Amino acid sequence: MKAFLLYKDRDFHPDARWSANDSALHKDLDLGRLISAMAAGDDYVADVAQLVLRAPLTAVEDIEYRQHVLMDVLENTAVVRDLYALASETIAAERKIYRSLFSHSPSSILRQSIQSLEMMAAVLERLRSICRNAQEGFHSPGFRRFLDMVLKEVDETYLAEINEHLRRLRFRNGMLIAASLGRANKGTNYTLSNPGPDNRNWLQRLSGKGKESYTFRLNDRDEAGFRALGELEGQGLDLAANVLTQSDDHIMNFIKMLRQELAFHVGCINLEAALLSAGAPLCFPKPEAESAMACSARDLRDVSLTVGQRGEVVGNNINADGKSLIMITGANEGGKSTFLRSLGTAQLMMQCGMFVCAQYFGADLVSGIYSHYKREEDASLKSGKLDEELVRMSAIADTAKAHAMVLFNESFSSTNEREGTAIARDIIRALVDSGMRVVFVTHFYELGEDVDALHTSGPCS
Amino acid sequence: MFTEAESPGTRIVAPDIAPGAEQDSRAFESILFPGGVPEGLIAGPATAFLADLQIEQIIAATVAGREQYELKPYFYLPLGDLAAINYRHEVFSDLGDATVRETIDSFARELVDVRRDLALTTGFRDEHQRQAMVVEAAGVYCAAVRELNQNLAAAAPASQGLRKFRDYLAGYVNSSEFEEMARDAEQVTDALGRVRYCLRIKGSRVTVTREEDNSDYTADVRETFARFRQGEVKDYRTTGRTILAMDHVESWVLDGVAQLFRTEFSALANFNSMHAAFQSELVVAFDKEIQFYLAYLDLIAKPTEEGLSFCLPVVSRSKEVHVSGTFDLALAVRIEAHGQAMVTNDVELGGPERILVVSGPNQGGKTTFARTVGQLHYLASLGLPVPGITARLSLPDAIFTHFELGENAKDLRGKLMDDLVRIHGILEQATPRSLVILNEIFTSTSLRDAIDLGARVLGKICRLDLVCVCVTFVDELSRLGPSVVSMVSTVESDDPARRTFKILRQPADGLAYAMVLARKYGLDYGELKGRINS
Repeated sequence: MKAFLLYKDRDFHPDARWSANDSALHKDLDLGRLISAMAAGDDYVADVAQLVLRAPLTAVEDIEYRQHVLMDVLENTAVVRDLYALASETIAAERKIYRSLFSHSPSSILRQSIQSLEMMAAVLERLRSICRNAQEGFHSPGFRRFLDMVLKEVDETYLAEINEHLRRLRFRNGMLIAASLGRANKGTNYTLSNPGPDNRNWLQRLSGKGKESYTFRLNDRDEAGFRALGELEGQGLDLAANVLTQSDDHIMNFIKMLRQELAFHVGCINLEAALLSAGAPLCFPKPEAESAMACSARDLRDVSLTVGQRGEVVGNNINADGKSLIMITGANEGGKSTFLRSLGTAQLMMQCGMFVCAQYFGADLVSGIYSHYKREEDASLKSGKLDEELVRMSAIADTAKAHAMVLFNESFSSTNEREGTAIARDIIRALVDSGMRVVFVTHFYELGEDVDALHTSGPCS
Repeated sequence: MFTEAESPGTRIVAPDIAPGAEQDSRAFESILFPGGVPEGLIAGPATAFLADLQIEQIIAATVAGREQYELKPYFYLPLGDLAAINYRHEVFSDLGDATVRETIDSFARELVDVRRDLALTTGFRDEHQRQAMVVEAAGVYCAAVRELNQNLAAAAPASQGLRKFRDYLAGYVNSSEFEEMARDAEQVTDALGRVRYCLRIKGSRVTVTREEDNSDYTADVRETFARFRQGEVKDYRTTGRTILAMDHVESWVLDGVAQLFRTEFSALANFNSMHAAFQSELVVAFDKEIQFYLAYLDLIAKPTEEGLSFCLPVVSRSKEVHVSGTFDLALAVRIEAHGQAMVTNDVELGGPERILVVSGPNQGGKTTFARTVGQLHYLASLGLPVPGITARLSLPDAIFTHFELGENAKDLRGKLMDDLVRIHGILEQATPRSLVILNEIFTSTSLRDAIDLGARVLGKICRLDLVCVCVTFVDELSRLGPSVVSMVSTVESDDPARRTFKILRQPADGLAYAMVLARKYGLDYGELKGRINS
């Protein structure tokens, strides 16, 4: 059983990352504020939100799958929160059971795994009932698949089957184990035999004709004998404890995966609420294939400013379809940086399957987002400021591929305008010619003037 | 057979070993001795020269980790026969081949298992357990012997020793007794391996039956929960009991199993009565004796890795000695851990030359050099590769050493007397084919007397025409005639206070060094004068 609430056909892997060096981007886009709005106080949601934002999608189809799941989520917020709470409570309860384990003998491990699985059976029943009651409200392929799966796999018969296993593995009627002769005729390769549904059947079979057997009984005072017999029984208990603990792990892993994927959606519920309460526009963006060279927006707002409620937030319109270079010039404190951030954030949120803070946003998918901001202060600076800027630029060049998006904010302004312009011009031209989308905020007058010249050399213009 | 206890000197005498002339016609007897193992292998050393030359340390390091083979006696038994030495050289050459080496190593490992299994049986109270262990050991033994037979045949060894052993082994493996024993062991083991029994445990009652079906209930449980599987999970099985010997409950269970599977268990008992002693004496002896070679090869592997060379020496009755790039093996083994670089030296005695007089600064490696020469000859007489790039050595009939006894309470005259008595004893016993190593003689007398006495001793040695190394502070001894070669320990040219441990063939010139050393300590003329007058 797979949750598949983030990807159509695979689990979410927390280690997946777009780029090993994405912390600069997350800082430059001020994602901390976005993530804390998603978390709304739940640290686990914050963790998952951060992980998901590190691994954007790169196919229109994948984005649409997640967008549809998310639309269902926003329509059924109570059900989604219920499911998330069930998963969280289960994980906490299971931890409690394991924490209460003081002995690691097979019998105590077995007892504890039976206890945990009994709780799991109840959880599965609740999961089933939540899913059954919520069926009507969900329409996305992702959620429909999930609900159908739960109802099909976790039915009454199945729950009864689990309970029957748990009953048998308590060994109330004794234990039946099989073995081979190992080294020096010592018992080895122990397996548990099926004790059968009814003890009497087994006895009947045993006493049936032609059935040879050999029986001995320990003297009640034979303490060493009982210890030895306990160890022999331990072989069977060990097998039972192992299979049940592993089964418990399997269910827990399913619950954990479910919780992880739901956490992202819960985060989106929280974010939607925060943005709506700030009176901001919301829309699901329109992802386009890489070749589309699209980038346009209406009333695009900066999420971090909006959720931070820091004064009046102004929306911007963009129409850069067919353009690979966006130059932003103008007076200081004129909102250039905010605009750059809103554009980068919208691109990232779109590629994570999220809604964006705008009336409309459409863009082609990029293969990566990189930011190159002028660093105002850096205590650990070893080389000159320009050196440092060039080193970071070189690191970006090491990993960025075609169709990447590179955000520059007052880059190369640590030197004089003439030099900075010359450097920036070469870099922009190289990136654009390599098929990247460049957004460049600068106060260099001359560089702004050059836009047309830079554009015409682009392959896609 | 070595030295009589009261003898002042020390000597080795090779035991009587059947000459190797017509050995090729004889059947395999030993991988160490072409004519069979000699009587009178001794357990420990009886002679002081082994300690003086630090050969004791070399032997201890060689056999370390192989105590079970009891190899030391072989290292106390030098060979007097060139053919016997050659017999070992050939085996060493074969063992240099990685395939042959791996073949032998793998055989040795398996025989260790056989011995361990057999040793275990003594701890078993349960007869069924004991019997099963013997069969297992026999199975391992048969497989090991067969594999060795195949691999040796394929490796086509060149040495007389390994070829003869290979021929013996081929005959043994194809003998009907061996084949029958191997087959029986296999059948008994297979039959026991197929046994599957069932235990019903309830309270204090245990019932043993044959297994009815081989259903595994845990698989059913696993199947039920498989739908939740997201990936691999941890295995929670505890490793279980490690004690092989059974307790009485297990024994009772096994008794039950034996009753249920009568055929299998009677075959087991039969094997034990028919093949109790299943090993060939010659194979067992080979397993032990071949370790003599492997132990030494392992010892020299590390120094070889560090860039030092070993070679099979050309051993003859001639009195010429030509060795290049040699070193003190005891020192090499000892400083291995410290990662210090070893200094190598050459030894040359050609034509009429017989006596190496080594002089020069103290702590300059003179004693080490003298020990090296002694070790070379002893190791060569064991048929071993020796430290050096090339080596031509004589086979002495005895080695005599005279090293200073440590500090003792005797007065100086007592010490001189002791020196004289011991050296006299050596000169009495030495033959023209002996090797004599004198380290720092007559240090307790005046220089004039030391020159006088030293010259007389060396004169006697010259007349005996034997090979001798003499370490001395008396330069004059290095100029006694054409049979004497002068060698000097040297110092680094840019830091005269540092010894290089390089011993060079050059005229003795102790004075220059003394001047340098004096300057270092501020005791040369100018400086001392300055200091005094300041």
